[in-house]
Amino acid sequence: MDDLLLNQFLLLGAVLFCLGVYGVLARRNAVLVLMSIELILNAVSINLIAFGAFWGTISGAVFALFVIAIAAAEVGVGLAIVLLIYRNRRSVDLDDMAEMKG
Amino acid sequence: MWLLEHAYLIPLIPAASFLLILFVGKRMPYKGAEIGIAALGICFVMALGTNWQWRTYVNDAEHAAEVKAGEDHADEGSAGSGPESEHSEEGLADGEAASAVVVASATAPTATELEFEVEPVRASWTWWQSGDVQFNVGMLLDGPAVMMLFVVTLISLLVHVYSTDYVGGDRRYTHYFAFLSLFSASMLGLIMSENTLQLLMCWELVGLCSFALIGHWWEEKPNSDAALKAFITNRVGDVGLICGVIILFFAAGGTFDIVTINEMAVNGDIDHLVLLVASCSLMAAVMSKSGQFVLHTWLPDAMAGPTPVSALIHAATMVVAGIYMVARLYGVFFEGFSIGTSSINPLAVIGAITVIGGAGLAFVQNDIKKVLAYSTVSQLGYMAMALGVGAWTAALFHLFTHAMFKAGLFLGSGSVAHSVHSFDMKEHMGGMRKFMPKTFVTFMICTAALIGLFPLAGFWSKDEILAGADQLGGSGGYTAFMVVGLIGAFMTAAYMTRCIYLTFFGEPHGHAADKEHPPHESGPRIVIPLYILSGLAIVAGFANLPKTGFLLEKLPSGSTLRFEHYFEPKGAYFPAVLDTFSHPQFNGYIALGSTFIGLAGIGLAYAWYWKGMGPQGLTSRSRLARAGHTALVEKYYLDKLYTDIIVGGVKGPIARAVYWFNQKGIDGVINGAGATAVKSGKFVYERIDQGVVDTIVNASGSAAGGSGQSLRKMQTGRVQQYAALLFAGAAILAGIFMIVI
Repeated sequence: MDDLLLNQFLLLGAVLFCLGVYGVLARRNAVLVLMSIELILNAVSINLIAFGAFWGTISGAVFALFVIAIAAAEVGVGLAIVLLIYRNRRSVDLDDMAEMKG
Repeated sequence: MWLLEHAYLIPLIPAASFLLILFVGKRMPYKGAEIGIAALGICFVMALGTNWQWRTYVNDAEHAAEVKAGEDHADEGSAGSGPESEHSEEGLADGEAASAVVVASATAPTATELEFEVEPVRASWTWWQSGDVQFNVGMLLDGPAVMMLFVVTLISLLVHVYSTDYVGGDRRYTHYFAFLSLFSASMLGLIMSENTLQLLMCWELVGLCSFALIGHWWEEKPNSDAALKAFITNRVGDVGLICGVIILFFAAGGTFDIVTINEMAVNGDIDHLVLLVASCSLMAAVMSKSGQFVLHTWLPDAMAGPTPVSALIHAATMVVAGIYMVARLYGVFFEGFSIGTSSINPLAVIGAITVIGGAGLAFVQNDIKKVLAYSTVSQLGYMAMALGVGAWTAALFHLFTHAMFKAGLFLGSGSVAHSVHSFDMKEHMGGMRKFMPKTFVTFMICTAALIGLFPLAGFWSKDEILAGADQLGGSGGYTAFMVVGLIGAFMTAAYMTRCIYLTFFGEPHGHAADKEHPPHESGPRIVIPLYILSGLAIVAGFANLPKTGFLLEKLPSGSTLRFEHYFEPKGAYFPAVLDTFSHPQFNGYIALGSTFIGLAGIGLAYAWYWKGMGPQGLTSRSRLARAGHTALVEKYYLDKLYTDIIVGGVKGPIARAVYWFNQKGIDGVINGAGATAVKSGKFVYERIDQGVVDTIVNASGSAAGGSGQSLRKMQTGRVQQYAALLFAGAAILAGIFMIVI
């Protein structure tokens, strides 16, 4: 893998990351925020695999596997929380949830 | 040799039984007693097996030495090398004569027996390690340890069986058996201790168990007082033990190992003064634990415990621990007190004082158990004296025989007391021989053994001590101590005759004369242990039949001095290798004399009590006799010395002096300091506190409040806003990072 190809993967990762960050910051639906977090994680995974391939080691792919596993666990917990919030308040709008206001 | 190498299991069994009884004992059908009896039964069988294997082990070592000696002689190539190859156990005398003819050189064995070494059986594990010093725990099995294993497990087993009847129905029945198990375990651990630290630990455990068992019926104040007295008196001696252990640790170059310490002491690698100081420290421990004058006062009070416990304490566990410790560290004592070359030393003197002092006190006791307690004190004096004059084997042999008949006497007295519900010989006993014939017979046998009548156990062991005192020692020898021993024998005979008269003869008094509930013989669980012990009291003396004197020369050599042969350590760690150490020979005249003296004691007491002869009522006529009697009743005023003068001295005048100093000295200082503090405090409060500090505090408080108010606007509670700030911060940091790098 040469530098040019690596740059393209990194660019893809950066774009995905920015999309994810935008989603996390701007979306008001909690489910969509969770999906955006998944985008961020996938961007990281792409970076890991790309660098791993660039240096010719397998550790990047192994890390990516771990990231996927942890992402699955995280989304499981997150969706459970969202479900409970929905049951309690009949809404998943994040702007309504301001209990932490000082 | 499996049992011999794994004998460390023996203390572990009762230790396990202690935990088992404590946790599940109450739910068992016999309330935990069966666990204790089973554990001690297994221990006793294992101890018997260990003794048997030890016998084989010693014989093997001897045989190997004989073969080697035979080869050596053959190598010298002298004429007539034929007979030596026929060295055998039976033909020792012949072989010796032959070797004396053949090899008249320095290498010929000059002792009466072929000298050979017996390696002790050892096992040890690292307990913990600190720097270069290893703290081990393990076992050191040699002659005395093997012998004690037998004594302790036997007495403990019999006491267990006896107790099921004696304390049957007691409210703390289960706990009683739990502590009996722990008591046996700690004593067995002490016996096998491989190093002085383990010895110290087991020593303390023994003390703890005796405290718990003496105070078994703690609801009554005297009993709990007696337990405390036993414990605290023992603490006094324990300080000595700790000092001695520490001194020996440093003297031996940083090791607690008993064999190493003994070896160094015997070889003269440790300075004599250091050994003397260590011996004196250790002697304090012996004095408290083994009831030597002046720290014996706890022993008679310890009679407050249940009678089987007294038997256990006096025969097998507690009090012989001190004697055993001296026997174990004999190299240290032998060199420290120069036992082999002197004619007087502290150990022998203390022992001699105890022989007479204890026997004297036994005359004025009305409590049957206290007579026996003082008798134990006196007999322990014999053992200490024997060790002091260098008669090691005699001391251990007396310990062995004494364990049998003294346990029998205590259990017998318990049997009597069980039936009349009192220990008072004058108030509630008398004429008991008609009611309790079995107890009477066993008690008589054990008494005869204690007095030392031929051919019972005490005769052999006591005469060995007397012969030792007569023959051993340096210039002048220890002959004075033999005289003390003879006087002690006379007194023993007299006070035991008095005890028997008051208990078993004469007219019944008090509860014994109760017509509605006449005393009755005890049950089989009490009587059978008595039979066993009195049987042993008859035969135990034959374990060490002397080799010389009167008709004894006719005995085959395989049957004499067996105790010395198997149980005396043979190796570089025991002072027997020194020139100054020797074995006393049986002296028929001393034996005859002591028997005669014992009979005279019995006769005199018989004339006094049965026939009413002699100056009766002397104490009411003569002031001197009355003073002597009072001194005995008051136990030589030792208790008064301890409680009134020492403890009272601390509590009374010293406390008053401290109080005076408190009022005048310390209070003045404190009051002055207080007044000054109040004045300066007022100044500080008005000027500094109100003026400076308050302003600063208020200002900082309002500053914090203001900034908080302004900052709280940022806390919108919206997670997304926080996330945006997080990302912005990360981006800024990343930017700075890029620029810097």
